[in-house]
Parts: sequence; structure tokens; C-alpha cells
Amino acid sequence: MALEPTPTSAQEIPPHPSPDGENLTLPPGSPLAREAARRTRRSFIGLGLAGLGGVLGWRYLLNAPEADGVPAPFRRVLDANGRLSAAYFRETRLAPEFAKSLAVREVRTNGSAGLESDIDLAAWRLAVQPYGGGKPREFTLADIKALPRVEMTTQLKCIEGWSIIVNWTGARFADFLAKYPLASRSGQPLKDIANPPADLAPYVSLVTPDEEYYVGLDMHSAIHPQTLLCYEINGQPLSLEHGAPLRLVTPLKYGIKHLKRIGTIAFADARPADYWAEQGYDWDAGH
Amino acid sequence: MKKLIEKHPLAIRWFHWVNFPVLMLMIWSGLWIYWANDVYRIGWGDTTLYKFFPQSFYDTVHLDHKLAQGMAWHFVLMWVFFLNGLLYVLYTLFSGEWRYLLPNRHSFREAGQVILHDLGLRKAAPLVQKYNGAQRLAYTAVILMGVGSLLTGLAIYKPTQFGWLTQGLGGYEAARVQHFVLTIGYVLFFVVHVAQVGRAGWNNFRSMVAGFEVADVPAGPAGAPLAQREPDSRA
Repeated sequence: MALEPTPTSAQEIPPHPSPDGENLTLPPGSPLAREAARRTRRSFIGLGLAGLGGVLGWRYLLNAPEADGVPAPFRRVLDANGRLSAAYFRETRLAPEFAKSLAVREVRTNGSAGLESDIDLAAWRLAVQPYGGGKPREFTLADIKALPRVEMTTQLKCIEGWSIIVNWTGARFADFLAKYPLASRSGQPLKDIANPPADLAPYVSLVTPDEEYYVGLDMHSAIHPQTLLCYEINGQPLSLEHGAPLRLVTPLKYGIKHLKRIGTIAFADARPADYWAEQGYDWDAGH
Repeated sequence: MKKLIEKHPLAIRWFHWVNFPVLMLMIWSGLWIYWANDVYRIGWGDTTLYKFFPQSFYDTVHLDHKLAQGMAWHFVLMWVFFLNGLLYVLYTLFSGEWRYLLPNRHSFREAGQVILHDLGLRKAAPLVQKYNGAQRLAYTAVILMGVGSLLTGLAIYKPTQFGWLTQGLGGYEAARVQHFVLTIGYVLFFVVHVAQVGRAGWNNFRSMVAGFEVADVPAGPAGAPLAQREPDSRA
């Protein structure tokens, strides 16, 4: 077989047998050998300098002052990634839902920050700080249960990399804000997720009663139709380790954002404190 | 007559040497992330042939408890990996280098000949242009793997907003498996690539740094006389 001769310029390599075994030593001292040596030297020095520059640049980035547990330049890129994904975000895109029969019986728990203090479930109230100011409003579990009941079977994704399918029941946070207009400065209710009041707070903060665990959410994720104030798993009231009496559930975010045992909800103009984001994790942690 | 022949354009050398450390760091930070849920294995039922990864591996390379750092590195360097790969693909398209890189109708048979030759089962090396059939297949496959890593990575990074992608890949768990398998693929590519570069020798390795290769070509217009030689002939 002969390959078709292809038009080649003098610079191109013509078809040739694989060169193993060929003696390609250039005559020592010849102009060609000097040319090869010069180009080789120049290129390897160039590669060495580029490599050195890369190593030094990377070390410089790693040694930059930290911002919430990661070097500041890394945090800036993570935040830019967050802005990009926020720009792409649509509340009409839903996390997949599964048949209830696929839900796990025993839901895995992971960590107890915020759950270690004593709690009197009968005395528990949800405190919500209105965005427009004024005294916090208090809600009982019955108030939350009076909102439209939503059941969904979605995947809980842990930031560690595992996931389980869980059957949740609760009230949409969007429905809560539709009935109780606490997230808009002028006190307007959230009538339509797609057209929220212009003065709706951009961020939501959730804190456990003992203030040991705290989570920040962007408002778009908070009012997504699959973001629930959840009070049941598999049709049963939440156990203490799963966040009784009321917890957050949102398949848009990793499990670290699913704050258990909600104590206080507040609204903010800037990103609220977030327990894991302070320890080097991405503030958005999902979508 | 010996000549210096231009082999790798400067742009391709840059793309290659930028990609190498970036891909290494992506794999390294990916291992930090994987450690937090290291559930994959080769086996069936209760039989495990190999667990990713054995404790001895973790002990040796200290991969543990670096999830946050791993994610931070991964989500920064992904941009460099993506942009460098995109520029490489665009460059090969516009410069015409793709002609040497994409497999053609001879490539599979030629790749078989190359493998037999490299294993010492076939004496003659096949006639090649810039790259032999095995190289064309490998260098094209690794680009497709890169696209696969970007897509499977996006599917597990933003599984709701890119739900069409995540569901298209078979779901969140499946996409994570695919992302991992592709990484193992890079490691296998790397092992074979480095072995072949070592085998091909200094002249070939130097061409990826300095761009040129020393070749022994007959006097007169290069190309046609060589092209008519039988593949089994040796220079």
C-alpha cells in the first residue's frame, strides 16, 4: 500500500516510515548541529521559565490572604462562578422528582451543629424578622401547616458526593411569603415567583435557635417552587435528628444548606453568614 | 541528507504544556473531592477486585480531609482546562492540523499494525504521516474525553439548572461515575503516552518542546519519493 502523495510544502513532514532505529545524530560541529543545539537550548530554557513562572504564580495564589477559608483569588473565582450560574438560573427548571416508593426508609444524618441544645417543641416558635424593619413576627408550626401542603420526593445531595432519595412534606417558602409579606421592604406579598415585588430582599438568612448553625440563601433559590419549610419525612413528623419541628429542604442545594430546626429567618441586602462557606466552601453550594 | 523539519507549531506546544499541569491539578483536586465519598470499586456482589482507593494509597499521598480545598481548586482550574482545550480545538480547526489528528478510514487498521509492531509481534512499522493511526485515534479520543469531562462535570456541578444534561447522562449518580471513569481514562492515556514518548526517544520528545525534528530525507524534492515507498521499507 502506498499513501496518496499529499501536496506538501517544503516545511511539512512527508509520509515516512516510523523513525525508530534510525541514526539521527547530526555531524558534530556542523551548522545543522549548531542550529539544532541553539533551538533546543532556547526552547528548553523557555519551557523551564514558563514552568517556573507557573509554579511561582500558583504558589502566590495559594499564599494570598484568605477569604472565608480559601485564598482570596480562589474565593473571587467561586463568587464569579456563582454570579454566572445566578444569571443562568430559572425558577422554572425543577429538580427531578421520583416515585414515592423509591424514597429511603432511613434517612442518613450527617452532623449535629445547631441541634445539640435542648428544645421544647411545644414552646418552639419560628421568628421572622421583616425586611422592612420592626419587631420579629412569630409563627407556630400550625401556622406553617396551614399553608398549602406540598409533598415531593427528591434527591438529597450531600456535598461529600453521596445522594439519597427522600420523601418530604412541607410548605413552599414562596407560599409563606405570599401569605406573610415579610420579605419586601414595602410589605408586598409574593404573588408570582416569576414576577416578585421589585423591593424583594435579595438574600435570606436561616439560623438555628441556639445560633450554632446558620445558612444563607439567594432569594431566587429560596422562592423556587421546590424550596420547602419541611415538617415531615415519609409522612411522619420530623425526628429531632432530622430537624424537628421545622427544617429547610431545597433540592437546588447541597445538604449543608438544608438547615434543620429553624429558629430565625431574616432577610438581607448582602450575602448572610453561612456556616460552611466560612470554612472554605462555595457560598452558593448548588443550583 | 539530514534536515531539521518543523513538526509541532508553537501554539500546539503551548496548549500541550499548559494542559499537562492543569490536568494533573484537576485530577489531584478531584481526588480530594472523591475521598469524601470513595464508593467506587471494580467487582460484583460481595467480590471486590479493586477499591478506589485502598487505604495504603490514601496514606501515601495524603488525600484526606481536603474537600473544600479540592472543590475550590477544581472550580478555578476548570476554566483554564476548558479555555485551553477550546483554543486547542479551534487552532487545529483553523490551521488545518486537524488533518493529521482526526482518524481516517485507514486509522483503525493502521492502529492495529502499530500495536502489533510495538508489542514486537510485527516487524515492520507502518508508514505514517505526522501521526500514525493509533496516535490519531488516541489524540482524538482524549479530546472527546475532555468534552465528556466538561459535560459530566457540569452535570454534577449544577444538576438542577442543567437538569436536561444531568438527566440525559442518566442522572446525578451516573454522571458522577462517568466523570470518575473519564479521569481513570486520562491516567491510562498518560501511562501509555509517557511510555511511548520514552520509547520514541529524544528526537521525538524534543519536537514537543522545540518544535523541530531531525529527519533523514533523500536529496531532491521531499515528499513524492518517500510516499511511494512500501510501508514495510525502512529508512
